[in-house]
Amino acid sequence: MNLVIDIVISGLISGSVYALLAIGFSLIFGVARIVNIAHTAFYMVAAYCIYYVSLKMGLHPVWGMLLAIVLVSLLGMLCYQLFINPIREHEGAVLIATIALAIAFQEIVSIKFTGTYLSVPSLIKGYFTILGVKVFYQQLLTFCAAVLVMAVLWVFLMRTRLGLAIRSTAQDREVANLMGINEARVAMFVMGISVGLAAFAGAVVVPLTVLEPHMWMPPLIMMMAVVVLGGLGSLKGSFTGAYIMGFAQALVVFLAPMGAYLKGSVALSIMIVVLLIRPEGLFGVAFEEER
Amino acid sequence: MDFILFHLKKLFTILKNEVFVLPSRVVVGLFVLFLILFPVIFKDPYWMRILILTSIFAIFAASWDLLSGFTGQMNFGHALFFGVGAYGAAFLNLHAHIPPWGSIPLGALVAVLAGLIIGIPCLRLRGTYLALTTLAFPIILMGLVFAFPDLTGGELGISGIDRLADARIANYYIAVVVMLGLGTIMWKITDSNIGIIFHAIREDEVAVRAAGINTTRYKLLAFCLSGFFAGIAGGLYAHFMRIAGPSTLEVSMSFGVVIWAIFGGIASIYGPIGGVFVLNILLEFLRFWEDYRMLMFAGVVLLTLLFMPDGLFPWLRDKIEKECPRCKIRNIAWRDTCRVCTAPLD
Repeated sequence: MNLVIDIVISGLISGSVYALLAIGFSLIFGVARIVNIAHTAFYMVAAYCIYYVSLKMGLHPVWGMLLAIVLVSLLGMLCYQLFINPIREHEGAVLIATIALAIAFQEIVSIKFTGTYLSVPSLIKGYFTILGVKVFYQQLLTFCAAVLVMAVLWVFLMRTRLGLAIRSTAQDREVANLMGINEARVAMFVMGISVGLAAFAGAVVVPLTVLEPHMWMPPLIMMMAVVVLGGLGSLKGSFTGAYIMGFAQALVVFLAPMGAYLKGSVALSIMIVVLLIRPEGLFGVAFEEER
Repeated sequence: MDFILFHLKKLFTILKNEVFVLPSRVVVGLFVLFLILFPVIFKDPYWMRILILTSIFAIFAASWDLLSGFTGQMNFGHALFFGVGAYGAAFLNLHAHIPPWGSIPLGALVAVLAGLIIGIPCLRLRGTYLALTTLAFPIILMGLVFAFPDLTGGELGISGIDRLADARIANYYIAVVVMLGLGTIMWKITDSNIGIIFHAIREDEVAVRAAGINTTRYKLLAFCLSGFFAGIAGGLYAHFMRIAGPSTLEVSMSFGVVIWAIFGGIASIYGPIGGVFVLNILLEFLRFWEDYRMLMFAGVVLLTLLFMPDGLFPWLRDKIEKECPRCKIRNIAWRDTCRVCTAPLD
């Protein structure tokens, strides 16, 4: 019984973090067709930003989180304007520009903070027990905050004018342009929102994990798997896919021998099997063949 | 004597009429000459080691270009072929005692098998789906390597395999000659009918199918060819480093090959090879500034792309050569008329 609760908690938390990351990645892919490899690098930058504000400057971690989300969103928009927008037409160039950005962030962080493992104390100390299993308040907070932000994002996309513009640009860029939507500006806003979501994921997960300059790699791969599993550009798909992947990982870690090594392999194999049955992912909309 | 003289004359005519008329061909010739003469002139074992590794990665990058640059099947998991080639060669050498000249091609055949295994399911996918799915395969394999350390050596890898050759200079010539040979073969493949079909698949797959060509078969062929060449690069790497470890399967390896190839210019074979040489040697020169090395590297890549989004070498080539508007033959940029059909160049 304890094992079941452990699996549920672990699955819910990693699922929520993957969902936050994958929704952001999916948004910018849907609107601007950019495969943003640097997405999780922004998540790492946010985590380090919180570390710096709360431990080096001595402010309350909540300030660090707010500051990190704002700063990283601005950083994302700046990077988009400087490095990605001028070469939007060249798919390959955009791809390695984002890889180069990720490497640059990783190097800046490792020069500034060195490669040592760092950690940030949790916002709320303490825990409660369900059926003899410790549940830390921080874990509960992470989960609730993630779900809340996703709900807010849903309302934003469905109920506001900018949300409508984003959805229509994702559906058909040219027609959206003809309807008077400034497509370039929408793309920049979406970049900000998407990177902001990554920063938020970094903020909620930072007390539960260790900080090191390579921490962007493992979530990057899982995030991409989630996005492909759920269907590119589909938010519902990213949400469902994230929890499927989270629970698959948790199950493997707790139940299989050598689970810690195999968790990635099993989760990615699930993705491949799903793709073999449905090549456009679980909720994917088949994009018209771009010729 | 006459026979030799005749062929010398023929060689000279070819050089004069086909090579010296175009600066890009002269540059390629000088590059080959430089690589062959390097150990004779400098004799520096450290730089020889750098050039050996660079040559191996050049084969790897060119093989990515053969698959992803030409057919447009974006492969983000190219390290799979490299890793399978390395592990395959190491296993064959260690357990079956096959010397390097046998274990490297056989290891490459194992990589071809891997190409078939991932190619058949992946051909149902296209575009970004394909790219993100192929990223998963080397990671799955890496998980298996870590999970069965008895067989694969786990984190430490398989060590104690044979040297490529005993002397550093012999290693150097093996790596460089294999690189030049395989580069020529790949370039010839892309220049043949198959290469034209690969090009066409990237540009418009539906049209190629409408022309009665079985595109699935050609895409699978691209996967196998690319896997073979990448597998040879992996085998060379394993035998040169004398270790086949999980680092050959890392994500950074897969991303590295994409950076090299796109930086050099895709769909050209010479682009990725040149890209590897430029970037690796740049990385060596940046060693004087150790801490900022990778940061400078990323900066150079980003800035180059802003000005030359098609890659470095196609950009350079367009600066020094232009195409004749009538017969499509390339000429030096400062000629007024085409060297073949004498049409005025604009």
